Amino acid sequence: MDLLSQLQRQLADFTASLYREGFVDDQFTQLQKLQDESSPEFVVEVVSLFFEDCEKLVNNMAKALEQQVVDFKQVDSHVHQLKGSSSSIGAARIKNVCIAFKTFCEAQNREGCLRCLQQVNHEHAQLKTNLQTLFTLERQIVANGGSIPAMQ
Amino acid sequence: MEGDGGSKLENAMMEEYGDEPHVLAVDDNLIDRKLVERLLKNSSCKVTTAENGLRALEYLGLGDENKATLEDRVSKVNLIITDYCMPGMTGYELLKKIKESSILKEVPVVIMSSENIPTRINKCLEEGAQKFMLKPLKQSDVVELRCNLMKCRS
Repeated sequence: MDLLSQLQRQLADFTASLYREGFVDDQFTQLQKLQDESSPEFVVEVVSLFFEDCEKLVNNMAKALEQQVVDFKQVDSHVHQLKGSSSSIGAARIKNVCIAFKTFCEAQNREGCLRCLQQVNHEHAQLKTNLQTLFTLERQIVANGGSIPAMQ
Repeated sequence: MEGDGGSKLENAMMEEYGDEPHVLAVDDNLIDRKLVERLLKNSSCKVTTAENGLRALEYLGLGDENKATLEDRVSKVNLIITDYCMPGMTGYELLKKIKESSILKEVPVVIMSSENIPTRINKCLEEGAQKFMLKPLKQSDVVELRCNLMKCRS
């Protein structure tokens, strides 16, 4: 197998595993479909924005949860934002944590919220690493004369 | 959307604005704004985004009635698509303001939401929203929207 074929095979396998393990869902596929010659960096741009936004929201949530008297409505509004963004880009695991997080906010359960916050951090880090790997493989394929295969 | 291909409004819009309708997209979430912008551009729409209802109204010329000039008498946009859940002014409140305006009430308004709540949907449709769309949006949703509202040509 030549290098290009190897890379393409690696990408296909790696991508399939991300879906299988629930890191991303169909909405991520939809996102990739939006990329074309007129916007070749679209997915990378949106994903970067998402991670930046995620960090900012997590910091805000952490601050709110540190207060003597926690404003759960505030926390909930941050979680709502994160749930929306993660859903929009197909970050399935983060979205699912947000769903649980919201119920803890509604129940005004600080411990539950803090646990969810930890989970969000964990999932954020994992997804970031995974997508960086994905994007690197894509770049290598293009550098070796290939084109990125259509997502299934 | 009611009205068939012979609708006067649709034909008027097509004549005046050609094949590139101008859409105002309102959403407080940055990622969603980026996404809806790309979806609309991929469907050959010119896009302006606003991050909240107030900014949207300012752009539409409804910010301050006293300042409205002659130019503001005609709507700059062919379609407004707005998120429902926004801090300050909700998409529903924005919809009401648009429908109350003599200049803008004919402009179709589409409401988006991540939550599928029938009472919410009905409330918006009753207030005059053209369509309610569930987030996250896909390309096929926007293609369908464009065809429905702008009378897709081939």
